[in-house]
Amino acid sequence: MKNFIGSRVLPDLVYHHPRDMREALGLLNEIAGECKIISGCTDLIPAIRRGAWSFDDGLNVVDIKGMKELTSIKKDGDTICIGAATRLSEIVHSPVIREHTPVLADAVNEMASLQVRNSATIGGNICTASPAADTAPPLLVLDAQAKVKSFDKEELVPLNQFFVGPGETVLGSKDILTEIQFPILRPDEKTYRIKLGRRNAFTLSVISVATWVKVKDGVFDSVRIALGAVAPIPMRAKNAEEYLTGKEATAQVIDKGAKVVEGEVKPISDVRANAEYRKDMAYILTKRALMACVN
Amino acid sequence: MKAPIQLTVNQKEYALEVEPSAMLLEVLRDQLKLKSVHRGCLEGECGVCTVLLNSEPVNSCLILAVQADGAKIITLEGLLKHGELHPLMKSFVENLGFQCGYCTSGFLMTAYSLLNNSKKPTEEEIRKGIEGNLCRCTGYVNIVKSIQAAAEEKDSGNWW
Repeated sequence: MKNFIGSRVLPDLVYHHPRDMREALGLLNEIAGECKIISGCTDLIPAIRRGAWSFDDGLNVVDIKGMKELTSIKKDGDTICIGAATRLSEIVHSPVIREHTPVLADAVNEMASLQVRNSATIGGNICTASPAADTAPPLLVLDAQAKVKSFDKEELVPLNQFFVGPGETVLGSKDILTEIQFPILRPDEKTYRIKLGRRNAFTLSVISVATWVKVKDGVFDSVRIALGAVAPIPMRAKNAEEYLTGKEATAQVIDKGAKVVEGEVKPISDVRANAEYRKDMAYILTKRALMACVN
Repeated sequence: MKAPIQLTVNQKEYALEVEPSAMLLEVLRDQLKLKSVHRGCLEGECGVCTVLLNSEPVNSCLILAVQADGAKIITLEGLLKHGELHPLMKSFVENLGFQCGYCTSGFLMTAYSLLNNSKKPTEEEIRKGIEGNLCRCTGYVNIVKSIQAAAEEKDSGNWW
């Protein structure tokens, strides 16, 4: 019994399992026709079942699940490098992440469910590029970069230039995201994150916020604010960041800065919440997150 | 075109031929007749299909069987010892941890893994640990109680 009520059948697949990146990139280069890179499949299969994505029979899938070159978490000097096929559960428990950038581990720990986190990957979350992708706000405030490889080149793309629209990234059809990199947190850099969903677990974000703050002598030396699910892409609130930089790190200033965020976000109304509510929450949660960073 | 895979399921080794688009759920339930693995949402949103893959709870509806090649899988059937219920299962019976039973096998696999990996989890930790399994009947209270009681059993050495 393949078809269940309202649930669409998976197309017939042509399954490729490259042993390493060279083979994977070679495959992408050679395969004519549509090709999907797969790992956890935790976005792919639900999207097909819902009818959000549909593919013809004979879809080529290139499985990079568990590929050694793509599943490590390393600290290289002051930079942390996470392989794109690293599972979310590994990020949650990684001693390297917990020590140097716990904001990321905490954000990932509230994604989906335990079972999904045991399959899903950070690269998958980024490449599916939902505006509500929960790995995005912490990675954006950490100033992360994405390493993109194709058969004949490799480049480092800042994550805040990686997302192009809902579900769209700068990746071409022959590209693979291989790694996410970001600097470790210094002692004077404070981060905080909040996820708001319609329930406390196993839920898509109605809005998510991450903040990164460096305060010097009671003044905002630099500020980064990122939000998910309030714009076509996960976004940095650049106007608010500019407003706050150089000002005193007080509750009143934070309140005004959070108000700038409210004006900056461009949420839609959807099944989870309406735009007005999201704007309101953008203000409230940014304020909470900034206050938490400063105190 | 069918692909050959090897699976170890409940400590037995199988050499199987599967369609590339076949889910692990279908192979376990339909091919290997392990009926404890249930079909629910087929989208990874309910947890009734939860099995242990290399000791970790996963939604078997989100894993292609070909991706599980070489894996070690445990389903609820694997927790029985010569037909005897596992202490965790007995705890669910004694503490009314199920009503219709549809979500139960998924909960049991998740709880089994949770208890194997933590010493006497708090209620908070249990609730966080079972966040990926939904139940429409019980309101979760007795599920949490069953898991807490099972933790006591494990602590006293009654476990396998």
